[in-house]
Amino acid sequence: MAGAGGGGNDVQWCFSQVKGAIDDDVAEADIISTVEFNHSGELLATGDKGGRVVIFQQELESKNQPQCRGEYNVYSTFQSHEPEFDYLKSLEIEEKINKIRWLPQKNAAQFLLSTNDKTIKLWKISERDKRPEGYNLKEEDGRYRDPTTVTTLRVPVFHPMDLMVEASPRRVFANAHTYHINSISVNSDCETYLSADDLRINLWNLEITDHSFNIVDIKPANMEELTEVITAAEFHPNQCNTFVYSSSKGTIRLCDMRVSALCDQHSKLFEEPEDPSNRSFFSEIISSISDVKFSHSGRYMMTRDYLTVKIWDLNMESRPVETYQVHEYLRSKLCSLYENDCIFDKFECCWNGNDSVVMTGSYNNFFRMFDRGYRQDVTLEASRESSKPRSVLKPRKVCTGGKRKKDEISVDSLDFNKKILHTAWHPQDNIIAVATTNNLYIFQDKL
Amino acid sequence: MDVSAEAKRIMAVSISKLYASRAQRGGMRLHRSLLLSVIMRSARDLYHSACLAKEREELGTAHLVPVTPEEDAMDTTANGEQVEVEVSQVEPEPESPLTPPIQEPMSSDSGAAQGACKTRTFSGKETVEDKENRSPVSPDRHSRKRRGKASVAPDFLPSKRARLSLELGEERVLRTGRRNCCRAGDAFTTLSLNSNRAIAAF
Repeated sequence: MAGAGGGGNDVQWCFSQVKGAIDDDVAEADIISTVEFNHSGELLATGDKGGRVVIFQQELESKNQPQCRGEYNVYSTFQSHEPEFDYLKSLEIEEKINKIRWLPQKNAAQFLLSTNDKTIKLWKISERDKRPEGYNLKEEDGRYRDPTTVTTLRVPVFHPMDLMVEASPRRVFANAHTYHINSISVNSDCETYLSADDLRINLWNLEITDHSFNIVDIKPANMEELTEVITAAEFHPNQCNTFVYSSSKGTIRLCDMRVSALCDQHSKLFEEPEDPSNRSFFSEIISSISDVKFSHSGRYMMTRDYLTVKIWDLNMESRPVETYQVHEYLRSKLCSLYENDCIFDKFECCWNGNDSVVMTGSYNNFFRMFDRGYRQDVTLEASRESSKPRSVLKPRKVCTGGKRKKDEISVDSLDFNKKILHTAWHPQDNIIAVATTNNLYIFQDKL
Repeated sequence: MDVSAEAKRIMAVSISKLYASRAQRGGMRLHRSLLLSVIMRSARDLYHSACLAKEREELGTAHLVPVTPEEDAMDTTANGEQVEVEVSQVEPEPESPLTPPIQEPMSSDSGAAQGACKTRTFSGKETVEDKENRSPVSPDRHSRKRRGKASVAPDFLPSKRARLSLELGEERVLRTGRRNCCRAGDAFTTLSLNSNRAIAAF
């Protein structure tokens, strides 16, 4: 089949755009570390290891080509975080952007939260396309006029100017996390958000930066007894009192903030009993959950561990309702993947707009889509070779053993340095953003 | 021997990763350190079980009873608090990493040996733990010293750590005649102690 997509099995994915440098020599600062569409899908933000945020804006559909969706072009670029030094611990704090989350739009300006390991910042992105001219006390270039030379008065008027997009930091939420922040999530009340590190989750008010509430703390009294850490956390999309957090042991805890101020006691614990036939030396590592995402409906949540994507019904804690194998052929390679550090890669996952398809990344610049309704899956590749405008992506297949067919790639030929950790799906349309190491690919369905 | 060689290799890889992570930008990552120490502990357990199985083959069952508690006493001295943790972890989970088939290194023969070995090791450790509880004045002052140190002081003093490791190594060589297997094991047990303290240092 050609592709998996929302609403049917006849979706074909086409290349649309690629952003970023072409040369193979990747600067570390350019490595993309997070990708996120805003709530309308008009804006697409990326964060990189150098602490920069780049926002792309979708152009309005052109009247000449009504069948084509607008392209994404650079809208704003700014330095969100700088490297810092913690003098007390003699540690450098990386400027890498771990997560970006958009706030729902309330006025003309756009707001997003970006975080590195220790500090969260609220950025306001606003447009300026008019400039006041005709001041009485200032010249056009800004120099002040001598008041004694002013003989007449005039009213300054706004004149159009070239569009300027300004990003300004409105709030800085700092000094609340001892460990490394892995998640931020905006509450549906649009007033609060949570930030999670390895051992604690804090609740913030977007207006208040000088204090936050700790709502989850799993730090043991004796750190030598530590057995699990928090790996991801997210607020429920509709219920402002509910959030989930995942752990390195493969469990997900759902907490209700109405029950108590400190949500150490979970309301629900989602855990799948381990399959004894799959037990191996590295079982614990590969069961660590790297991402958790609620469905848009709020009925389901999806978790990603090293080899699988699981869909959970919030009403059933005993096991997931669906399990999808992302790259099961890697199960026999875990020892090598441990040695080359790939086993520690944290893959993210995402839902499409109507929760019918889920997507996640893999190695060799492959990414996978699973159509929940049609029970189909497809493997596609983000590569410069298949980057001709509107060229349809060909499904890829990995040969797991035996005779390799034409067009198949064997497991040993996979390039484990080319990994797709971050993907995002447009909230309404079939447009996806897929981040390779330092490039951002945008694909859309063939109209 | 394949099993123990593989386990030793994995331990060496884990230890080198743990030490490399100290120099990482942004400091040590707790999650990664935790996973590394889990793997290293499993590898160490596997390695010791393999050693014990090998010894049993070489010496016969009769000689093993006095050796096992001593060896586990060495483990205890190396990882005071950790033994308690391990026992508590092993008890609810009888299917520890050792018993079920482990993909890469194990063959079915060594698996059976390991299963038997594990039971013995487990009971050995239990005995040792009881000893610890009954006699608060431990003959091994390193264990008590380390316990206090680990919970109070962060691990920022390389010179002290090296000296402690050296003392441990010497101590262990003196206390046992099982030089072939255990000396190599000593190094790993010592270094796995350090990884444990690496977590405690957070």
